[in-house]
Amino acid sequence: MSDLARVMTEILVAIVQVVAVVLGGPLLLGLMRKVRSRLEGRIGAPIHQPLLDLRKLFAKQRMRPRESSWVFGAGPVLLVATAVAVVAVSPLATTRPPLGQSSDFFAVVFVLLLGSVFLALSALDTGTAFGGMGSSRSMTIGALAEPALLVAILAMSIPSHTSNLPALVRIGLTHPAVIASPARILALASFLVVILAESGRLPVDNPSTHLELTMIHEAMVLEYSGADLGLIVLGESMRLVFLLGLLVNLLIPWGVADRPGAVFFVVGLVALSLKVAVVGTAIAVFEVFTAKMRLFRLPELLAGGFVLALLGAVTAVVAR
Amino acid sequence: MTFRFLLQTVLHPQRVTRDLGDAPPREESSGALHGSLQVRHVDAGSCNGCELEVTSAFAPVYDAEQYGVRLVASPRHADALLVTGPVTKNMAGPLAKTLDAMPEPRLVISLGDCAHDCGVFRGAYGVEGSVSDVMKVDVHIAGCPPRPEAIVDALRGLTGR
Amino acid sequence: MNEVCVLTVALAGTAAAILGAALPPSTRVGAAVMFTWVSCVAALVAAVSVLHSGHVIALSSSAVIPLTGVTVVLDPLGAVFVIAIAVVALASTLYWLGYASHGLATRSASCALPLFVTSMLLVPFAASVATFLVLWELMALTSLVLVLTDQSRREAARSAAQWYAVMTHVGAAAILLALVMLSAHSGGQTFADIEAHARHLSGVARGTIFVIALLGFGSKAGAVPLHVWLPKAHAEAPGPASALMSGAMVNLGIYGIVLVGNVLLGGGPVWWWLLVSALGVVSALYGALYAATSSDLKRLLAYSTADNMGLVLIALGASGMFAASGHRSTAAIAMVAALLLMVNHSLFKGALFLAAGAVQVATGTRDLDRLGGLMRRMPVTGVVFLVGALSVAALPPLNGFVGEWLLFQGLLHGLPTSNTSVVISVAVAVAALALTGGLTVAAFVKATGIGFLGRPRSEEAAQAHEVAITMRAGAGALAALCLVLGLVPMLVLPALERGASSAGRRGATSSTNGWISLHLLGLHGVLAPSLLAGGLAAAALMVIATRRLVHRRSHAWPAINSTEPWGSGRQVQTARMQYTATSFAEPLQRVFDDVIRPSRDLDVSHLAESRYYIERIAYRTSSDDVLERQFYRPLIAGVRWWGQRARWLANGSVHRYLAYGLIALVIVLVVVA
Repeated sequence: MSDLARVMTEILVAIVQVVAVVLGGPLLLGLMRKVRSRLEGRIGAPIHQPLLDLRKLFAKQRMRPRESSWVFGAGPVLLVATAVAVVAVSPLATTRPPLGQSSDFFAVVFVLLLGSVFLALSALDTGTAFGGMGSSRSMTIGALAEPALLVAILAMSIPSHTSNLPALVRIGLTHPAVIASPARILALASFLVVILAESGRLPVDNPSTHLELTMIHEAMVLEYSGADLGLIVLGESMRLVFLLGLLVNLLIPWGVADRPGAVFFVVGLVALSLKVAVVGTAIAVFEVFTAKMRLFRLPELLAGGFVLALLGAVTAVVAR
Repeated sequence: MTFRFLLQTVLHPQRVTRDLGDAPPREESSGALHGSLQVRHVDAGSCNGCELEVTSAFAPVYDAEQYGVRLVASPRHADALLVTGPVTKNMAGPLAKTLDAMPEPRLVISLGDCAHDCGVFRGAYGVEGSVSDVMKVDVHIAGCPPRPEAIVDALRGLTGR
Repeated sequence: MNEVCVLTVALAGTAAAILGAALPPSTRVGAAVMFTWVSCVAALVAAVSVLHSGHVIALSSSAVIPLTGVTVVLDPLGAVFVIAIAVVALASTLYWLGYASHGLATRSASCALPLFVTSMLLVPFAASVATFLVLWELMALTSLVLVLTDQSRREAARSAAQWYAVMTHVGAAAILLALVMLSAHSGGQTFADIEAHARHLSGVARGTIFVIALLGFGSKAGAVPLHVWLPKAHAEAPGPASALMSGAMVNLGIYGIVLVGNVLLGGGPVWWWLLVSALGVVSALYGALYAATSSDLKRLLAYSTADNMGLVLIALGASGMFAASGHRSTAAIAMVAALLLMVNHSLFKGALFLAAGAVQVATGTRDLDRLGGLMRRMPVTGVVFLVGALSVAALPPLNGFVGEWLLFQGLLHGLPTSNTSVVISVAVAVAALALTGGLTVAAFVKATGIGFLGRPRSEEAAQAHEVAITMRAGAGALAALCLVLGLVPMLVLPALERGASSAGRRGATSSTNGWISLHLLGLHGVLAPSLLAGGLAAAALMVIATRRLVHRRSHAWPAINSTEPWGSGRQVQTARMQYTATSFAEPLQRVFDDVIRPSRDLDVSHLAESRYYIERIAYRTSSDDVLERQFYRPLIAGVRWWGQRARWLANGSVHRYLAYGLIALVIVLVVVA
């Protein structure tokens, strides 16, 4: 394939992955709310309701608090921009994403962290007590979740001798025994705990709470309205889809396109949607039966996640 | 909680929601909503009877959420301000601030007879006035307390579903 | 040519000091700065030529220092350190031009600062024990003078200077002991002689020398538990001085460890580097924790320095362990990571301290609980601090991220070794890296968010305005370099590789694909920082453009730019209702309560009439350094007790003192004979 054609294909793949996640994020949110509603005995809003919410939000008036600086507006933009940037280069539908060689797990995690940091900064910029509270709690949880995350990445990287994301997914396709290895299972269990903590799902944070004093993530966005709020909702749902997509691709890589060709890519997209839908439903069912943990019990949960990751790393080294 | 109970709940969720028929005619002010309405509730001094009915409207039996309505915590996220009770002197200021904090386009829904004309509390020493005395009201739901079906009907009129 | 450069460094620095002491107030700072720049530029030229050509500069003279003479050698390792120091010095002295009117234009400061810079620039040049120690001591004394600026009005400065003086001299004594032991064995006192003879030392002797040197140099670098002087001295020193101390002086501690461990002693067994790593892990965790719970801006930055130096020590230790286990390529990568972390730290910590100095000048306070709203009032300083904070937190697209990525890759690929102790320490190092990273992110979100964003929490913060152009330029230059190195780290990597080879870690570690991507050789690790940054920027622009487009098409209402913040409808909302730095850090402090053990004081006073009515409640919490409280203060108390007991020896009688002298002389004669 000529260079120009290759570049065009890569751009197309990136665009399609981003569009799929932009649409899939709110749909996943709607699916999880629907599952909750059904289990509560209600009918619940239709699955595409978050898309309608977003459409309305982008048409609403934006309000900025007095004495806030440019950081207030930059938070939502960077949240979505970091999500778009990582989705474009990650092995979600295909093991050959654009810039796949430099698509490093470590780099992806830190780019997402950039988005969280800007959200926390813009929450402090609101000049209210709620913003500070949300920011403080969010940063504490992030600080305690990071050891689990990085050691889990280490555990997954040791067997394949690299932390390159497409390689980590591809090794599941070429050597299926790696997926069933205790190292990877333990690391992915730890990764799941970190995903729940970072995306603000139960038992760490209740996404539908109305009580400000129980909020962690919601407290940071109480001051946003209009398109800013729309960007935040979109960004958060994109992050959830992305992280769950990575989780399922590392656990069950079958369906991911391993060869060039539009047919395989479409199959990969469909497989990704199905897998993420299944995991999302499982998380929603789990949320119905779980209560929110007390804030000061969370370090125990995150330490548990860290221990799982550490066990994974140790078994990875020992079992070589 | 046994595994069997879990399986039953997941596979055969009990559905108790009543069928409330076709959508009522749409309000003119609802054009920009596109079928999605976020509501911020403020109790300006009610006896909580209306609140119980609102809770019931969002509970499994009437389930207002299936029509695209959701309760939110911050007025910045809301399209409509749902006020219950007569406006007492202490709540007049916070109620005005809540309305100011809402982005346009916004609506005010007054719920119950007390919100409309102070109801049984007319002339009481702590009451400032009705909601329409303090701000412009777009939709009114009558009743003391209004039935959940009436509440859901009014909300459906706004979302058009 | 290179010899001329070396002489220029020394002479221009001395000229700057003399002019600074002699000229009248209007011209002394300007002249001192100009000559210091000449000195820095000369050092840069010498260092760059050494790194470029690979040749070494060597000079020696029997003048200047009596009895021993001066020997000067600049190898690529030293050149790396010289460049880092010179860049920070150029920016800090530029900043000094604007800062001088705030108390740093005295004769002592104008004489000490240029001498401080010159002595720091010359330490990597030193190639004999005497030269090294003279320059080291000069560096310590001049920085002490700078810490004591304005000491007559500030008790804290005097106390900080006392701690600093004692600890730096205890460290210097350890360094002296180690270097003298080496020199005594080799018979000569130049580093070349020492290097040639050191391999004949017994393992026990080498180990002892290394540990003593590690403690001495580690104390200068701020390794816990020898770090207690660091938060005090760096917080009390004036703006440019604290930037130089944190951004340049601590690097020399690292230089010393590499010098003794790798160059003079030529490497050692695994346990040396396990010790270095352990020291690094403890420093990193302790420093990050105290930075996260501190509400004094400069103390926060000082603890963060200890944290970053801990990371450098982890990288050094990993490099040594991999080399001792025979894995040369990963050892080289880890060493390059250590040097890169050091260079990055100089840049971003220099920028952060200069910005903190600007905040202190504009508001008169360092207490984060009284700041806020400065991003609107001091836009340039705010952006500089934000860039520095994002770099410390190792976030892309800045330089801190590249350094941590490189370290992580080195640790990941060094893990498959046969030595279990190495495996365990690498796993512990990764966990420590992660936890300190998380705590540092929390600390700097707190510092930036509470200090610069939101509403001002005090009158002083509300009245702040932007500082002089020279101060902005100095701080901004370092922040800009952080961004440049983050986008194009290939600018410095070849130089760092040369430095690493001259420290014994030979082998190219990476190749680059133009200025775009970095490939690690022998491993599967690729990073394309500029593409990453470009992708982020493109995504951000796309998001903004989409938002505008949707806004226009949906005929949305115009935005309101200055509305009252939503506070649950309460009638009165003051700026003091916002979170403060102490409250921001409270959840973390609770989690690590057992380590920090803050002291809490609750004072409830009742009305005279009845115990049921409370008049006033005062709550005080302080988290001073737990090592200082549990270890150093008892030690100082013990020394003081011993001193009191020994007073009977000094009863004032001249006859007794003469007798002491006679007995000591007799003992020495007996021992020597």
